[in-house]
Amino acid sequence: MAIEPRQPPSQFVAKLQRVLGGRAGWSGFVVQILFVAVLAWICYEIVANARANLQAQRITAGFGFLANTAGFDVSQSLIPYSGSDSYTRVFFVGLLNTLLVSAIGIFFATLIGFFVALGRLSPNWLLSRISGGYVEGVRNLPLLFQILFWYLAVLAALPNPRQSISIFDSVFLSNRGLVMPKPIGTPGFEPFVFAVLIAIVATIALWRYSRRQLFQSGKVIKVWPYALGLLIGLPLLTALIFGAPVTFEIPALKGFNFAGGSRVIPEFVALTLALSTYTAAFIAEIVRAGILSVHKGQMEAGSSLGLQRGSVLRLIVIPQAMRVILPPLTNQYLNLTKNSSLAVAIGYPDLVSVFAGTTLSQTGQAIEIIGVTMGVYLLISLVTSAIMSFYGWRIGRSMG
Amino acid sequence: MSDTNSSAFVRQDLVPERAAPVKTTGFVGFLRTRLFNSPTNILITIVSALLLWFIVVPALRFALVDAVWTGQDRTACLPKNPGDVVGACWPFIQAKFSQFIYGFYPEQERWRVNLTFILAAILLLPLLIPRLPAKGPNAILFFLAFPVVAFFLLLGGGLDGLGVTWTAGLLSGFNDSIGEGGRKLAAGGGTAAVIGPLLWALGKLIVLISTLVSWVLLPLTWLRDQIQAFGRPVWADFVATAVIVLGLVFWLSGGARAGWRPLINWFSIFAGIGLVIAVMGLDRGGLPIVDTRLWGGLLVTLVVSVTGIVASMPVGIALALGRRSTIPLIRIFSIAFIEFWRGVPLITVLFFATYMLPLFVPTGFTMDGLMRALIGIALFAGAYQAEVIRGGLQAIPRGQGEAASALGLSWAKTTALIVMPQALRHVIPGLVNSFIALFKDTSLVSIVALFDLLGSLRASFSDPVWSTPTTLFTGFAFAGIIYFVFCFGMSRYSLFVENRLNAHRRN
Repeated sequence: MAIEPRQPPSQFVAKLQRVLGGRAGWSGFVVQILFVAVLAWICYEIVANARANLQAQRITAGFGFLANTAGFDVSQSLIPYSGSDSYTRVFFVGLLNTLLVSAIGIFFATLIGFFVALGRLSPNWLLSRISGGYVEGVRNLPLLFQILFWYLAVLAALPNPRQSISIFDSVFLSNRGLVMPKPIGTPGFEPFVFAVLIAIVATIALWRYSRRQLFQSGKVIKVWPYALGLLIGLPLLTALIFGAPVTFEIPALKGFNFAGGSRVIPEFVALTLALSTYTAAFIAEIVRAGILSVHKGQMEAGSSLGLQRGSVLRLIVIPQAMRVILPPLTNQYLNLTKNSSLAVAIGYPDLVSVFAGTTLSQTGQAIEIIGVTMGVYLLISLVTSAIMSFYGWRIGRSMG
Repeated sequence: MSDTNSSAFVRQDLVPERAAPVKTTGFVGFLRTRLFNSPTNILITIVSALLLWFIVVPALRFALVDAVWTGQDRTACLPKNPGDVVGACWPFIQAKFSQFIYGFYPEQERWRVNLTFILAAILLLPLLIPRLPAKGPNAILFFLAFPVVAFFLLLGGGLDGLGVTWTAGLLSGFNDSIGEGGRKLAAGGGTAAVIGPLLWALGKLIVLISTLVSWVLLPLTWLRDQIQAFGRPVWADFVATAVIVLGLVFWLSGGARAGWRPLINWFSIFAGIGLVIAVMGLDRGGLPIVDTRLWGGLLVTLVVSVTGIVASMPVGIALALGRRSTIPLIRIFSIAFIEFWRGVPLITVLFFATYMLPLFVPTGFTMDGLMRALIGIALFAGAYQAEVIRGGLQAIPRGQGEAASALGLSWAKTTALIVMPQALRHVIPGLVNSFIALFKDTSLVSIVALFDLLGSLRASFSDPVWSTPTTLFTGFAFAGIIYFVFCFGMSRYSLFVENRLNAHRRN
């Protein structure tokens, strides 16, 4: 009895299976159909209910409301804004405030975080214990608790403007916020900025030249006297020729508050303080883990070459640790940006506070407003993660 | 050979003893090596000590030395003479203590909250101690039975049906909605040229399906009507559900061949359910209802965080499996869902739950404020949980799943019996960490008008009876200690579990 050779399975059917159901084949196809049906049913329910509910509340869906007059004031704005502007402008005012507090928070959080991490790794027992205590204390309290603590307890306990804490009679800290001299540009301003830019570019060029010399011929060129001369001398020279670039408007106490100068509202101070100290604790742990991930021999080799501890850290350890640190660090930056939405609890006019808060309660356009607000944060995190994966791809490529 | 004594090379006197090496052990040695070994270090030590001095001493003076311990109102906490220093105002905490723990939960009903806390502690502690046996039943009790009991204990109220009634109601509700959608589709698509007839056909098809399903459901709805007509519907439904489930288990597990074990297990589960119904009187209306608007303080914080973690587990497991699925649409959907919730701040999620979710449910169906926040938090936490669990799934070697398939286990059995238990054990530290994050994040519900611990604290500050300069600091100190104790305790526990899991890697 001859054995019939079996027919090879049809390529067409196999390909069709893959296209329709992925690796799972026909069962995958059935699951997908069912899944789409359930999803479609849920979407249908949501749309139908939302339409009926909106009709019952007499709200017209759509983005027409964005052109309406807002009619409320905002306590801090980077772009000119008044109550007669539209909701669109409110949106941008809030967005810029969110970005501002995030950027400043990120700067200080990174600074504090690196210092605390180095302190925690310090051979000095007391310093490492204090840094450890800071990290544990700050990480184990809710961020909102800390924001409210700074805002309600610490800043409110500051003296009123009449008894404010002053530094050189020009910077005043009181329970109304931080008042600083406000720079006002004079005709000499533009040449001054130009001179500063030239000095910076020249310094960078000089530094690169000295590095090339160092690598090519081993000659050490002392850069810093020239750089210092350039950075101070050139702007000073322009200032002497064209006159002082800025004059300062010194704030003065008038009645119960300050007149003149530029004021930083207490909400901003509290939010920045809380966000940067809170995120710094997490950054400190990331940096510490990154530094510990560099092999001990690297540090010992650096020491045996005669480098100081600071130089070993700066030139050998941190550049290698950076590769480990950077991805979670970006994550923390993203967290800080998202956490800045807690501003709504103390009334700092960020995106959530003025747009998803005040605008929503005035117009009642819940779906549009919350959708746009979520979209903005989503966009920020998607862009960041795209940049990060590009960075990871480049690192992967350079490592071979 | 010569006599060694005359040799000039041999030393005649003892070498003078050297000074002992600098001590590097003990207290003095510790000071020398870790604090004062170089000028820079001495400077750092002095600066650190000063910093510590200026933080710790005032804090201790505030909390203990200058503190006021007894009093009836704010006058006790005001300085007696101008210039006196007054520290923490502890009578304020005593006066507000019940508000910080229970909120406005009625005084004569607070035993229910205490009982819930005690039950939670009794069930949770053995779960956390690795040495104790019976983790499986314990976990089932804590994660499935306890939430139900706690719900009826805290909220009150009773039942008017059980399994059969609910299943019948749910299925016929789904079916009606599908049929309604189909009818609208068939009626709405009439005007368009090509799509119109297509939509009409699709709508008719859906209506046909829903009619067929309603015939299939007929016995179930008939049974429900019979049960509801009965004098004691809850007990009738209980018996019916028990008989049906036990029959199904008997049939599915392969009859008498498989032994009586699954049957006995299910029987004891039903006995437990019956016991709970009888003890709490759920068939007779249960305990008096306490509206969730009266809940507050630590109670809300714990309810939100525990519900969040319990509800986010199934969401997280489903999303983690979905993200690793080989079926393209499910994988894409899971990725999009996870990345969406992880990309937005929790506060916008709570706004979404508070303002948008009520629009998505049928008109006239109102959702409790706490319930809405819980849904938002469960979705949000579920997305984070999914990533933690996915990490655990990736840590399981492929061979485990392949071996299970080779033994002939289905995908569901491979996942439920082989892969998932190992993956979950791997990620316990990660789960505890995300629980800490969730516990801290629950403070955000105070922004959407729920009075958790932080919300109650903030509300108590506006009481004029206790308005003194130190009230704020006292309140923050108290709440801070509570939060710190919980979070720090959990983080130490997670470290402990991590060390236990990595015990084989230590050298």
